[in-house]
Amino acid sequence: MTVKQTPLYETHLRYGGRIVEFGGWSLPVQYTGIKNEHQTVRTKAGVFDVSHMGEVVVNGPDALAFLQRLVTNDVSKLERNQILYTPMCYKHGGTVDDLLVYKKDADHYLLVINAANIEKDWNWMRENAEEFDVNLTNISNETAQIALQGPLSETIVSKLTDAPLSELKYYWFMPEIDIAGKKVLLSRTGYTGEDGFEIYCCPDDATYLWDTIMEVGRPLGLLPAGLGCRDTLRFEVCFPLYGHELSADISPIEAGLGIFVKLDKGEFNGQGTLQEQKTNGPKRRIVGFEMIDRGVARAEYPILVEGSYVGVVTTGTYAPSLDKNLGLGIIQAEYAKVGQKIDIEIRGKNVSAQVISKPFYKREGK
Amino acid sequence: MNIPKELKYSKDHEWVKVEGNVAIIGVTDFAQSQLGDVVFVELPDELSTVKVGDSFSVIESVKAVSDIYAPVSGKIVKVNQALTDSPDLINQEPYGEGWIVVIEMSDSSELDDLLDSDAYAQLAAEGGH
Repeated sequence: MTVKQTPLYETHLRYGGRIVEFGGWSLPVQYTGIKNEHQTVRTKAGVFDVSHMGEVVVNGPDALAFLQRLVTNDVSKLERNQILYTPMCYKHGGTVDDLLVYKKDADHYLLVINAANIEKDWNWMRENAEEFDVNLTNISNETAQIALQGPLSETIVSKLTDAPLSELKYYWFMPEIDIAGKKVLLSRTGYTGEDGFEIYCCPDDATYLWDTIMEVGRPLGLLPAGLGCRDTLRFEVCFPLYGHELSADISPIEAGLGIFVKLDKGEFNGQGTLQEQKTNGPKRRIVGFEMIDRGVARAEYPILVEGSYVGVVTTGTYAPSLDKNLGLGIIQAEYAKVGQKIDIEIRGKNVSAQVISKPFYKREGK
Repeated sequence: MNIPKELKYSKDHEWVKVEGNVAIIGVTDFAQSQLGDVVFVELPDELSTVKVGDSFSVIESVKAVSDIYAPVSGKIVKVNQALTDSPDLINQEPYGEGWIVVIEMSDSSELDDLLDSDAYAQLAAEGGH
């Protein structure tokens, strides 16, 4: 498989990014260090290249009906320029992907999907679109995306635009505004648990925007940030990562995303299974845990209770904001209560841990 | 990148400082920079024995888990317990306070198989492979 580069690839090299392969893309894992970038996003701001994410436009008279069938959340509640986070399920209730739905108009939506799932999602969407009067367009290759995340994000972007940013609420967007003289779609979204924006632009404008954002932000402490801290940041706020906390084998209910599953909105893929899991409780749940003994849990390590296998770690690492070794894992529901003692099998040894409440970290204020 | 002249190096990015019949072992500046922020070090038991190529310790950074391999055979006579509470010493002072173990060598001729600083510098310049 050829490894793809985003329009910002050369820019990452110029800024000292250490490039790794991630889901078929060459992207920077870090520039100055994961811990440093992590703390900078929590206290100041960081800028991320998320151009690898996929974008699909849905338009046509049946756009809403199609999306209501496709995803588990209730798209009919969206207002123009508002955004919805939602899982997208198979008929058996497992998760195809989790995505953002941007409502541009009653018959016009933008879906933002995970990079590694673009082809799979596209095929699934096409298959589901057959009985609806909609057009789907995959614009992933024509769209670059920059995420600016952290408490100083608004201050930084406000230096580059006249748009009334303070009026833009969380999970709303401005469909066409000028930033540094370039036309972009700007949304108040992100995956770090901090305030921030995601900027969708033409690939040809990405480098100019990145450089300009860095230029105005650097005096305030802005740093370029890589995939490494994107993962530790989302992990601390317990946002699911597809392929870890969500998968074809893990339903949104098992993942603790029940509030994004609206069972009363009409028929949708996976409804039967999800209804059953919501009514009776799922047999497995995603839990958060803290290591009691020394050790770092990693994805795929077995979770045991009194020597018996009860589940598996989905994400585990050091949490920089909390200075603790923490993890997320999927385990049998009877062991999912806070305070439950568990063992993580690390290189053949059982290391004790304890189920704790989620999220691990929550920002204060806005 | 710091590659002290007086040390010997393995292809797996350990450094070796020979003092009589013992060898002090750590990971190189290049290795620590590649690993990123070290958050945990699994140390071996003192007085355990190792052979060349054995994995005797594990270093975990925020994103990665890496085995550390014995560059010489012998008995581990000392373990750097300071790494238990301050694993980031490996990042800060890879050739100093970030040392990992001291091995009493059972066959000093194994030292001949290690790289000198020039050869290691070339290996690191090629990306470490």
